[in-house]
Amino acid sequence: MSILIDKSTKVICQGFTGSQGTLHSEQSMAYGTKMVGGITPGKGGQEHLGLPVFNTVREAVETTGAQTSVIYVPAPFAKEGMLEAAAAGIKLIVCITEGVPTLDMLVVKASLDAQGVRLIGPNCPGVITPGECKIGIMPGDIHLPGKVGIVSRSGTLTYEAVKQTTDLGFGQSSCVGIGGDPIPGSNFIDILGMFEDDPQTEAIVMVGEIGGTAEEEAAEFIKSNVSKPVVGYIAGVTAPPGKRMGHAGAIIAGGKGTADEKFASLQAAGVNTVKSLADIGKTLQEVTGW
Amino acid sequence: MNLHEYQAKQLFAEYGLPVSQGIAVDTADEAVAAAKEIGGDKWVIKAQVHAGGRGKAGGVKLVSSEDEIREFANRLVGTNLVTFQTDEKGQPVSKIYVETCTDIERELYLGAVIDRSTQRITFMASTEGGVEIEKVAEETPEKILRATIDPMTGASPYQGRDIAFQLGLKGKQINQFANVFMKLARLFDECDIALIEINPLVVTTNGDIHCLDAKLSIDSNALYRQKHIGEMRDHSQEDERENQASEFNLNYVALEGNIGCMVNGAGLAMGTMDLVKLHGGQPANFLDVGGGANKEAVSEAFKIILSDEGVKAVLINIFGGIVRCDIIAEGIIGAVKDVGVSVPVVVRFEGNNAALGVKTLAESDVDIIAATSLTDAVEQVVKAAGGA
Repeated sequence: MSILIDKSTKVICQGFTGSQGTLHSEQSMAYGTKMVGGITPGKGGQEHLGLPVFNTVREAVETTGAQTSVIYVPAPFAKEGMLEAAAAGIKLIVCITEGVPTLDMLVVKASLDAQGVRLIGPNCPGVITPGECKIGIMPGDIHLPGKVGIVSRSGTLTYEAVKQTTDLGFGQSSCVGIGGDPIPGSNFIDILGMFEDDPQTEAIVMVGEIGGTAEEEAAEFIKSNVSKPVVGYIAGVTAPPGKRMGHAGAIIAGGKGTADEKFASLQAAGVNTVKSLADIGKTLQEVTGW
Repeated sequence: MNLHEYQAKQLFAEYGLPVSQGIAVDTADEAVAAAKEIGGDKWVIKAQVHAGGRGKAGGVKLVSSEDEIREFANRLVGTNLVTFQTDEKGQPVSKIYVETCTDIERELYLGAVIDRSTQRITFMASTEGGVEIEKVAEETPEKILRATIDPMTGASPYQGRDIAFQLGLKGKQINQFANVFMKLARLFDECDIALIEINPLVVTTNGDIHCLDAKLSIDSNALYRQKHIGEMRDHSQEDERENQASEFNLNYVALEGNIGCMVNGAGLAMGTMDLVKLHGGQPANFLDVGGGANKEAVSEAFKIILSDEGVKAVLINIFGGIVRCDIIAEGIIGAVKDVGVSVPVVVRFEGNNAALGVKTLAESDVDIIAATSLTDAVEQVVKAAGGA
C-alpha cells in the first residue's frame, strides 16, 4: 500500500512535448512510472518518447483510461490545464508549474473541490511512491521503498527528509510535496489523513515553513485524528519579518504564521519537533525505536 | 508588488471609486504649482512610500500656504521616511502627493485580502479605523466585519449593504458603500490584487463615503497579464541587490549577518539559515537560486553575496533535484574568475550530479572547503567566519 499513486497508476502528461514535460516524463518512465501518453494541442496523432500525443485531455482519457495527470504547462496556461483535466474525468492532478496567479487558483480549487478531484500543487515537486511510481521532478534515486510518509511544502526540504530516512534504511511509503503557494490544491490535513489510513505508513514526517496557517490547522488535526508518530520541522525561524504595506495581512493571520507559533502548535499537538533540519531522521529513529 | 498611494488612487479613479483630486510631484516648486492647479486654500500633502504609518512618522501634513508646502517638500523629498512598518533605514521619499482637503465626520476601515484558510477573497471592515486596527482584530475580533467572495459567483451588492448597515451607515451611504464594495471586488479580480486597504474610508461632513487612503499590492505572478500595473513599479522602494537578483530569477533578501548563503529552493534556503543560527552563526542573506539555475545565474548569485562587505564566509548548500551540482560548480568557478574571492567558501553538494560537482570544484584553482554532511558544512562555515 501507499497513498495517491502506485505501480498500477496510469499517468498522462499535459505539456508533454515541451522541454520540462519531455525531461521529466523521460525520467519518470525510466523510474518505472506507467506513463501512457501526453497532451499537446495541435500535435495530436504524433508520437513522443514512444507514447501517443493527444490534442485534448478528453481524448487521452478515453483512449488510455488514465485517471491521473501531471501538468508542466507554463503558468499562464495552468488554470485551463487543471480545469480541462478535471472536466475530462481525471481524478488526481499533479501540477508542477510554478508562478500560477493566486486568483486563478481560487477558481480552480473551488471547481475541483465541487467535482471531487484531488489536486497536488501547484509549485510543487510532485508525488512519489518509491519503487513504484514517480510523478514530478524529484530525484528518484534518493528514495527507498519503506514505511515513512513524508509531506512537505518545500521541494528541496522534502529531499533532505527523504535522504535522511533512506540513509537510516527506513524508506518511504509515499512522499507528497504539496507546494509552497498560498492556495495549494491539497493541504497537510488532506495528506496526513491518507497517511493515517495507509497500513504501509508507520510514521510521518511533516515539513512546514513560515507563512499562512496550514501548519497550525495540521496541528489541530493531528491532535484528534493521527495516532502514528509524527516528526515535524518548520523552516524560517530566522526569516526576517517582511516590510509591510498595511494591516490587512496581519488581521487575517491573527498573529499566526511565524515559525515559533507553528512549532508551539505542533508541540501542543504531540508532534515531535526538530529545530535542526539535519535531525529529522535521527529524531524519527528515537521516537519510533527503530 | 506594491503600489504607491497616488498610483492606487489612479486605479481607484479608473474604477469610479470616490477619491480626492490629487497630483503627484517630485519637487517643492511642482508641489506649489499642483496646489494652485487643484485650487482652494487647504491641501493635504503626503510622502509617497511603500509603508503604512506615515501620519505618525510625519509624512502627512495639512497645509494652507505656499511656505508650508515648500517646507514639507524640502524636508522630505530625498530623505528616508521611517515608520513602524519599515526597517530602521526607512523608505526613500522621491514623490509627494498633493490632494484636496476632505472634511471628515467618521473614519472607517475597509480592506480585502486573500484568506488562505477559507481560500476566498475576504473583505474586512470596521468602525475602528486608524493604526490601531490590528489591536482591534486581536482583542475584539467581533468588531471586524467580514464578507467572503465566492470565486464561482463573484461579489454581490447585498454583501456590501450588509456590512454598511452593520457599520451604522445611513440613507444614501448604504448604496454608496455597496457601490464601493462592488467596484473594489471588480478591481481585485480584474487587476490580480493581493491586498487592498483603505484606512481610513471616511464619511465626509456632506455625508458621502470617500476613500481617503489607498494601498494596493499586486500578485507578482500575474504581472505578465497586468502590464500597465507592472509599469508602475518603483524600484527605489525595493532593495537594490534584491532587484539585481530578481533580474536573474534569483530570490535574494539581505540580512545583517556575516555568513553568505547560496541554496536551491526557498524552504531549504530558510532551513539552512536556521541551521547557521542554531550553530551560533549569523546568516548574511537569504538566497534561493531556484530550480532552473544556469551557470550565469549562479555566477551572478555568488557575486551578489560577495558584494556584501559584511560577508566573512560563504556556505553553498545545493540539493540537486532539477539543478545539477556540476552546473552550480561551474557557475562558482566562473564568478571567482571574474571577481575573485577572499573569504572561505564551504560547499555541500547532494543529489543530482553531486560527485561530479565536487570533482569539478576540486580540479579547479578555486579554494573550496568540501563538507561531508549538512551539519558538517554549517559547523565549518561558522568556524570559518570567526566562530560562534
